[in-house]
Amino acid sequence: MDWSVIAEYYPRLLEGAWTTLQLVVLSGVIGLVLAVPMALARLSEKRWINIFPHAYIFFFRGTPLLIQIFLIYYGLSQFEVVRESILWPFLKEPYWCAIITLGLHTTAYIAEILRGAIQAIPKGEVEACRVMGMSKFTMYRRILLPRAFGIMLPAYGNEVILMLKGSALASTITLLDLTGMARTIIARTYTPEEIYIAAGVMYLLISWLFMLFFKVLDNLFNRHRLA
Amino acid sequence: MLFDGLIDGFTAQLLAGTVMTVKVTLAATALGICLGLLGASARLSKITPVRWLGDGYVGFIRGIPELLIVFLIYFGSTRLLMFIASQFGYNEYIELSPFIAGVIALGLTFGGYATEVFRGAFLAIHPGQKEAAEALGMGKLRIFFRIQLPQVWRVALPGLGNLILVLMKDTALISVIGLEELTRKTSMAVTATREPFTWYLTAAFMYLALTVIATLLLNYFEKRSRRHELPVQGSYSKLAEG
Repeated sequence: MDWSVIAEYYPRLLEGAWTTLQLVVLSGVIGLVLAVPMALARLSEKRWINIFPHAYIFFFRGTPLLIQIFLIYYGLSQFEVVRESILWPFLKEPYWCAIITLGLHTTAYIAEILRGAIQAIPKGEVEACRVMGMSKFTMYRRILLPRAFGIMLPAYGNEVILMLKGSALASTITLLDLTGMARTIIARTYTPEEIYIAAGVMYLLISWLFMLFFKVLDNLFNRHRLA
Repeated sequence: MLFDGLIDGFTAQLLAGTVMTVKVTLAATALGICLGLLGASARLSKITPVRWLGDGYVGFIRGIPELLIVFLIYFGSTRLLMFIASQFGYNEYIELSPFIAGVIALGLTFGGYATEVFRGAFLAIHPGQKEAAEALGMGKLRIFFRIQLPQVWRVALPGLGNLILVLMKDTALISVIGLEELTRKTSMAVTATREPFTWYLTAAFMYLALTVIATLLLNYFEKRSRRHELPVQGSYSKLAEG
């Protein structure tokens, strides 16, 4: 084993790690924003409202992320309409395709986590809101969603780590994230063990960073439970 | 193939790929369950270094992308294998087939998560049972195979089921190292027809069908594994109420 290649190429790996971090954070934010209406629609009792989130979640949880990435990156170009639309400058970039796919993918999972969290809120709190005369909108904005966020934080942290691992698939559509960068370096140096292990260690460090971040966040949002 | 005359050639290719996907899933599940049992035993061991080994395994698997593990096993194993073989006097070039590499990589991943599932299941068995078995003079191995293992399945089944569903989707990753499973076959169809959306969507629906079949099977086994519990639970709750 020749460990000097790591010393030589680690700035490039860091560059890749930075792209990976962007993918995870941006798709995580998109997922969180889209998951709120998705989870609320999923909880609706009206069939014509909850059928779309059901189908959406079924599709994105039942198919491989790789197929979803290919479907968006390669698939969309099949349609003339897409190629001539104003969104094409974004949709032809692997970077934005990866973020969109990861975002849509994680939306399905976060929506399910959020739904579980909303359902886990004790019924008495909902009743208390009604007694106070809150409208449904105020109740969700001020009580239910902040409460649900606290409940779902640990599960959401897990989901972000899964997305960190999922973001490696962006390398299959030529994006130079941490995995993509490792492959590029290996194509030049032909030292797969060293570089892949170095990339793996970087992924571990990033995932620990996220775990730490969510632990801090958990302490912040769930202070009432610490006692 | 039998259906070649009846349906489009690519559809037959996709079906052949689906069969390969199922094969990889089953093989990796088998390997993963063995690794998971080993991992859980290690994490529950009284010997501290063994426990560290188990903890380290789970920690690594949780933090490293599956794709990277697939690459590491496929491209990284050659030198290691050739080194081991050279100790036995074999100096030819050795390379893992994509199937073997994929099964090892996904089996390792499955094993890491299964370790946690099995550990929980082992802890869920009442310690009194082990003590009773010890009192009967059973050895450690016999307690494991006769008392603990048959019960662990039942507790672990829902968790393992979820892992199998995740694993089935992860098999798509092996297409990247050239195994001709569903995703790879689809990419070949795309290259030939230049209709990426059509074919990837078809593949997506085939994966959905696999997921649905697997879910139904798992539900059946889960129900079966609990068949002795249901009436007892009912009478307990009646007792509690009365």
